[in-house]
Amino acid sequence: MNIWKHTLAGATMAVALSFTSVATFAETPANMLVVANRIDDITTMDPAQSFEFAGSDVNQNIYSKLVNFDPLDYSKGYVPDLAESWAVSEDGKSITFTMREGVMFQSGNPVTAEDAAWSLQRAVLLNKTPAFILTQFGFTPENVAEMIKADGNTLTITTDKRYATSFVLNCLTATIGSVVDKKLAMEHEVDGDMGNAWLATNSAGSGPYSLVSWKPNESVTMQAFDGYYGGKPAMERVIVRHVQESASQRLLLEAGDIDVARNLNPEDVAGVRSAAGVTIQEELKGRLMYLGLNQTHPVLSKPKVREAFKYLVDYEGMQNSFLNGQYTTHQNFLPATYLGASNENPYSLNIEKAKELLKEAGVENLEIEVGVREAQERIEIAQSFQNTAAQAGIKVNITVGTGKQILDRYRARELDMSLEAWGPDYPDPQTNAGTFAYNPDNSLEAKATGLLAWRLAWDTDGLTPLTEAAVTEGDTEKRIALYQEIQAKFRETSPFVIMFQQIEQDGVRDNVKNFTTGEAISSADYKKVTK
Amino acid sequence: MAEQSLRQWLLTDTPTSRRHAKLSALYHGWLSFRGNTMAMIGLCILLALVAVALFAPLLAPHDPFVQDLGNRLAPLGTDSHVLGTDSLGRDILSRLIYGSRITLYIVALVALIAPVAGLLVGTVSGYAGGWVDVVLMRITDIFLAFPRLVLALAFVAAMGAGIENAVLAISLTAWPPYARIARAETLTIRAADYISAIQLQGAGAMRIITRHIWPLCISSLIVRVTLDMAGIILAAAGLGFLGLGAQPPSPEWGAMISEGRRFILDHWWVATMPGLAIFTVSLAFNLLGDGLRDVLDPKGGE
Amino acid sequence: MAQASENGGARSRAPLPLWVTGTLKTVGSIAVTMLGLVFITFVIGRVMPIDPVLAIVGERASQSTYNAVYTQLGLDKPVVVQFGYYLWDVMHGDFGMSLLNARPVSEDIARVFPATLELATLGVFFGIFLGVPLGVVAAVRKGSWIDQVARVVALVGYSMPIFWLGLMGLLVFYGMLGWVGGPGRVGIFYEDIVPSVTGMILVDSILDRNWTVLKDAFSHIVLPASLLGYYSLAYISRMTRSFMLEQMSAEYITTARVKGMSEWDVVWKHAFRNIRVQLITVIALSYAGLLEGSVLTEIIFSWPGIGSYITTALLSADMNAVLGGTVVVGLVFILLNIFSDLLYKVFDPRAK
Repeated sequence: MNIWKHTLAGATMAVALSFTSVATFAETPANMLVVANRIDDITTMDPAQSFEFAGSDVNQNIYSKLVNFDPLDYSKGYVPDLAESWAVSEDGKSITFTMREGVMFQSGNPVTAEDAAWSLQRAVLLNKTPAFILTQFGFTPENVAEMIKADGNTLTITTDKRYATSFVLNCLTATIGSVVDKKLAMEHEVDGDMGNAWLATNSAGSGPYSLVSWKPNESVTMQAFDGYYGGKPAMERVIVRHVQESASQRLLLEAGDIDVARNLNPEDVAGVRSAAGVTIQEELKGRLMYLGLNQTHPVLSKPKVREAFKYLVDYEGMQNSFLNGQYTTHQNFLPATYLGASNENPYSLNIEKAKELLKEAGVENLEIEVGVREAQERIEIAQSFQNTAAQAGIKVNITVGTGKQILDRYRARELDMSLEAWGPDYPDPQTNAGTFAYNPDNSLEAKATGLLAWRLAWDTDGLTPLTEAAVTEGDTEKRIALYQEIQAKFRETSPFVIMFQQIEQDGVRDNVKNFTTGEAISSADYKKVTK
Repeated sequence: MAEQSLRQWLLTDTPTSRRHAKLSALYHGWLSFRGNTMAMIGLCILLALVAVALFAPLLAPHDPFVQDLGNRLAPLGTDSHVLGTDSLGRDILSRLIYGSRITLYIVALVALIAPVAGLLVGTVSGYAGGWVDVVLMRITDIFLAFPRLVLALAFVAAMGAGIENAVLAISLTAWPPYARIARAETLTIRAADYISAIQLQGAGAMRIITRHIWPLCISSLIVRVTLDMAGIILAAAGLGFLGLGAQPPSPEWGAMISEGRRFILDHWWVATMPGLAIFTVSLAFNLLGDGLRDVLDPKGGE
Repeated sequence: MAQASENGGARSRAPLPLWVTGTLKTVGSIAVTMLGLVFITFVIGRVMPIDPVLAIVGERASQSTYNAVYTQLGLDKPVVVQFGYYLWDVMHGDFGMSLLNARPVSEDIARVFPATLELATLGVFFGIFLGVPLGVVAAVRKGSWIDQVARVVALVGYSMPIFWLGLMGLLVFYGMLGWVGGPGRVGIFYEDIVPSVTGMILVDSILDRNWTVLKDAFSHIVLPASLLGYYSLAYISRMTRSFMLEQMSAEYITTARVKGMSEWDVVWKHAFRNIRVQLITVIALSYAGLLEGSVLTEIIFSWPGIGSYITTALLSADMNAVLGGTVVVGLVFILLNIFSDLLYKVFDPRAK
């Protein structure tokens, strides 16, 4: 042993120590879950206003609802949460919930039927974006105090007409159905906002976690709630950090600095699969990717042209190449796993057939503009379509813009075609049927910009009354049959070329168990996660 | 013989006319420029680029727009795809070759608009002084103080996406630094004795600015413009990256990088090849700029 | 009051000292520039073809929700009135609420600006301490191998697409070697440990004497800062070389040499002295450029700085945030310029 060796070793150690402070934590602490996700869409934490994916992922863990899902088995559908049981009245218009006893909010206040009633009333009164989920049952600021009523330990919700009970309960599982701590929220009321400003950055729920901090575009931190009625969750702390790039998420995951990476692209998924200590977890989501043909366009409104376009998409080619594993071909407006969803996909790329149809329609030298949001996978889908359409003699010009720009033009019926995605708002078929196949007034003055059928200026070819019938049908079997009928007709005649349904592929460290993003019907749920 | 005499005529120490003197000076400049190997390399690369752009249809092995989803992300050296294929199975080499046209187009336009505007504003401001200086410099400051990307983004967002608007947007953000540099130079030059001498001879402001101040400003401007070229190309790419520049399927190099950056960890060549192309071209611009500087700078010259 | 104004208007008063008028002029020019900046940004907000109301309520909102927000934003009032209101608020230091995350813009900026400041400062230090000597040596030994190396270093730095270099840097130094921290300002376990005083984690952790956090924060900042520093180095060294060459060919240098002055003194005491002013302008420009926030670098390193803040806001039509961010960046820029102008006056006798 000579002295130089010692010195050298010492120096190396010093250098190593000074640079590898991160590497000393090869993995995250055992009671902490660290998730990388894109959370730049969060605008508020108030459940009466929050309407984005990442926001729902947080609220799902902060607030309990009357009914909810079991994160270990979503196929069960809604199950009791704060409501222990419920009963439907003779006329089918009222549902009476009996509240679970002895449940506490994170503040220590007891959860009462009054809190639940107030939370729903509040959402209607505030009339923020997701309010339509409740107001579609006929609630208005004027009548809501009558329609939603607490009485002792029970809560009664009365709708304007008879709806399928499952429809009403499914809507209550959405974020807007969260039960808020009335006492706490009202302590922070400013100018009659029912705590809206305060709840934007604070939590007042009874769920398994409370909100510690939300730094926009940076991170969300949650702390386990000791007094959660379902038992304190194993993960003491959950941190969701905003990481924009797939490559960065992959590096963090492989280094063990995070437990879950939620935005890996297909190439990085393939890379992660071969890395040690990480697995890929797949969940079918409710999001659909479609092409919409504007029916104010003289050529695109021809039935044969609509049909031809359905043969001009290389479903299989895309699914097996750049969309590999993250989208699966699906040609119906109800996502797979939804009640009544059809899994028939009759169309495939067939240039000859499309040419024939175009010829029959007398189309020549067609040139159209398609609006695409700035997202690499969408731009690629658009380019693939551009390529196949060109083979049938159609010139497609792609206009890429930010989501907001494209949306503005889409809603104004300005684009010939739009490449768009649609995600369900609540886990009931009505959420999609009510927008794809429902358009009672197709006039420009109606400005029903929330309806996709209206945006494409499509009068639904008689599907509107069928959709109305389906949502009020009390018998589940009959309801399913109705939706099957609507979808069959929709596939053939609609100006929507529905292409794909999303599959979320998450990179998850091996030791993480029971992590779920809520499949197609709910949001991320951390209470059952263990490590 | 004729050439020989022309050469002699150009190299003469005793010019016979004004035009003769000028041509002679230019020729001397060319000779010294030719002696600068690095600059010549830069020039050659750029000439090659122009040739590639001109003869793109002859040089490209494939149609740059033809897709082949079955053969996507092919690695370097694949049969008939020397530089591999991109996410949609298009030949990267062919796309690069066609992309050179777009790059030249952007560079040429921005290089024409921005420095000229800046030079004009800067010298007038610096020479005139007084309220003209105050007003012009206030405007320059306002534009200079603007975050560049915000201005460019806002401009394109308002005017509509596309390569022409991207060029205008970049020019809009690029001119103020030129104006400031030109003004600073003008201020220094204005105080010089020989300018006073010319003024005493009765030369007008217009003449002094164009004949005596501009030539002296040009050297620093050229250094700056050539240094900015890479930035300009990358700025165009940045706009393309946000969907506000060249529209797909256009093989604009910057857009190709942003398309390929998703695969950077496993399929590095998809983003790297256009990156190398940009790198090479901007390197060429820098080398050329350095060489030109030595020739054009009357202070550093002989 | 009337008396006061009479006194103020009295002709007998002595002229204001020079520094007072100078200061007034400076303040006036800042005010005018800022006003122009706010005005242009405001106009941009108006002409952007993005509907801010839609940006807030999203595509599923009912018409009544839409109308409520429209009124709430004051969009039903004339544009001039809106501008007036906005200007009034800005002068009181109130940038309004961010439309998209429901908190004061000033609070957001106080959070994101220090992140950029920290990164840019470290980056520009890197650029100065390596770039200036490199440029000087390259100029003095023009044509030597040092000059060539300096040239290659600068050219490569200047011509390389930054996000490619950034991702590769992350892959090699973080992913493979584990020498530096990953994306983000600090390891996730160290988040929120030191109290935020300046918002700059390096400074805060020193104030808190928390060396572990300091080390971790440093390991996170070192890669993006050297990346930005490399770009600033490329620019600074090139400009230094260019300025120095100009000086070295000047007559007074020849005179000094003839007088037998040592080369060191010629270079540093004469030539370098004379380029200080130009150099400061260049450095200020470079620093200001970094302070605008390098959007791509910030995205790749998940660095929550002002560049990505403004960009995100712009693309989602959050005009209050864009205005606030732009005004702050603009102000910093103007102050830097005034600073360099001041030095100009102090050091350069030629410029009056």
